[in-house]
Amino acid sequence: MRKLFWPLAILLVGMPTLALAAGNIDGGSKQATNWSAIGMFIAFVALTLVITYWAAKRTASAADFYSAGGGITGFQNGLAIAGDYMSAASFLGISGLVYTSGYDGLIYSVGWLVGWPIVTFLIAEQLRNLGKFTFADVTSFRLGQTDIRILAACGSLVTVAFYLIAQMVGAGKLIQLLFGLDYWIAVVLVGGLMMIYVTFGGMKATTWVQIIKAALLLSGATFMAAAVLYKYGFSPEALFAKATEVHPKKAAIMEPGSLISNPLSAISLGLALMFGTAGLPHILMRFFTVKDAQAARKSVFYATGFIGYFYILTFIIGFGAITLVSTDPAFLDSSILEKTKSGIAAIKGGSNMAAIHLADAVGGNLFLGFISAVAFATILAVVSGLALAGASSISHDLYGMVIKGGNANEQDEIRVSKIATLVLGVLAIFLGIVFENQNVAFMVGLAFAIAASCNFPVLVMSIFWRGLTTRGALIGGFLGLISAVIGVILSPAVWEVTLGFAKGSAPVKLDNPALFSMALAFAGIWLFSILDRSERAEIDRDGFDAQYIRCQTGIGASAATAH
Amino acid sequence: MLNSLTKIERDPNYQELVRRRSSLGWMLSLIMLVIYFGFILLVAYAPKFLGTRIGTGVTTIGIPIGLAVIVLAFVLTGIYVRKANSSYDVLIRKIVEEDRS
Repeated sequence: MRKLFWPLAILLVGMPTLALAAGNIDGGSKQATNWSAIGMFIAFVALTLVITYWAAKRTASAADFYSAGGGITGFQNGLAIAGDYMSAASFLGISGLVYTSGYDGLIYSVGWLVGWPIVTFLIAEQLRNLGKFTFADVTSFRLGQTDIRILAACGSLVTVAFYLIAQMVGAGKLIQLLFGLDYWIAVVLVGGLMMIYVTFGGMKATTWVQIIKAALLLSGATFMAAAVLYKYGFSPEALFAKATEVHPKKAAIMEPGSLISNPLSAISLGLALMFGTAGLPHILMRFFTVKDAQAARKSVFYATGFIGYFYILTFIIGFGAITLVSTDPAFLDSSILEKTKSGIAAIKGGSNMAAIHLADAVGGNLFLGFISAVAFATILAVVSGLALAGASSISHDLYGMVIKGGNANEQDEIRVSKIATLVLGVLAIFLGIVFENQNVAFMVGLAFAIAASCNFPVLVMSIFWRGLTTRGALIGGFLGLISAVIGVILSPAVWEVTLGFAKGSAPVKLDNPALFSMALAFAGIWLFSILDRSERAEIDRDGFDAQYIRCQTGIGASAATAH
Repeated sequence: MLNSLTKIERDPNYQELVRRRSSLGWMLSLIMLVIYFGFILLVAYAPKFLGTRIGTGVTTIGIPIGLAVIVLAFVLTGIYVRKANSSYDVLIRKIVEEDRS
């Protein structure tokens, strides 16, 4: 297998260069080929491939593959978690939202951040003390292995699938714009590199790719925000004054706008963002890569700091783009400008390009190349983390624990997870291409809703509630999962926008179902647990004390194996 | 094994650890919930309040409030980590030593 590494890597990196050479001849409506961006991107990929090669030589056991042998430090893991969370969607999406709506962007950033303290207080240490490779290790600690593993695998795989599709489609569109590559080439490239990172380097490679990308993204965003503030003498007031002057909505961009109109909808979205964070499998998996509970706790502290800092930067970047991009004809589409008279609406490539154009405005072509390469790297790193989480769920939970009953040969389990990664990669490429022209914005919201309504309730109840039984967890978890999916299908975003039914006809008025799907999950878990009089329920409840002691003290927790 | 479990459960250090850690954890979670949903309710029901200008400039009161929620999330996490590093880890070490002896 390892012999295949370099030929595969060279083939993938070479592909866009060939495609670009061909693309230069036929021209077309795509963005002009951006050579400095491509150069920097190739440098990034080369570096990460060297790391993957290094990691592959050190990845032998299942612990190496799933959890990097537990040898990542708290600070490194904090950066990696931040990297997993600061996706291209949050960098380009939130700065774009600030660009079009001002204050509304800040409301979103706050929502994305506030789940982290909850993770610190209730999840991180407990997870490290009780689990080994996946969060299902924790939920099935004292409950019936087979049932709970299947539930956790369903929750993980559905979350990963929707998140992955959203990232793949976003990646294809973005790369098409940034590098002038065809959509399908971009999707194949992302999927292919992801498969190389994960199958060869496992968690070790995925973590280091994530750390490098997080450092690049944070430094790039810091430079941009500083450059914007420098232009206004480091006075936010001067920046806001200029922004309200040039933005068509004027002073309305300084207060909550139309984005959040219905209070119930706002609360429901808030719940999904806050508790979904604590149920995302690719994030939860990161707590197993550190040595012990203390390092797990420190890593969330660092991650919260990095993510909070990053969201403050995106807010400044969004306002910077209002003042510097929407006023510069070089970044605007003249025909739209003619029609709407608004620089905000006329931005080339849509509002998601606000941060990219701002990079050009403050740092010139070279910095534009850097930020474009970072945006691409971001997508690569996030999809790799997702693929690894999905593959682990298949190999560790389904193959190792359910099919082999916990007696799987370690090497077989690793082989299964590599095959699962390849299958997920091919599937992601296929779905990415299928969904090219669909509106996939709801998919990230759906992923968070499912994480908040299925993974989170089962996880938190299994850690803290003695009365939880296998039956209660199973019924409540599936209730949450199914009601979240149905709630999203019947919501305005899918019913009216994606499925094309008449406006106002959506049966559920909430944009995010978390409000009722979370309530259903918790109520179901509680009710079916207290009604449970089976023999299994006795075992489940009796197991709580031993679990609680290990959860609190870490006595018996799986140790780091890094050498 | 069973003996070891009861022994730990009876250890006053363990009881103190559980009591202190769970009360702090749940209390901080509650504070975070109140801060965040307080903010969301302001956004939903009092957008004009958040749009109140500070002094003569264009900066509104919503900007420092929004930023404060972000900073507070970080500060609360810091409080927990500091407490855990300074006192819980000491208790855990004692419990583990007690258990071994």
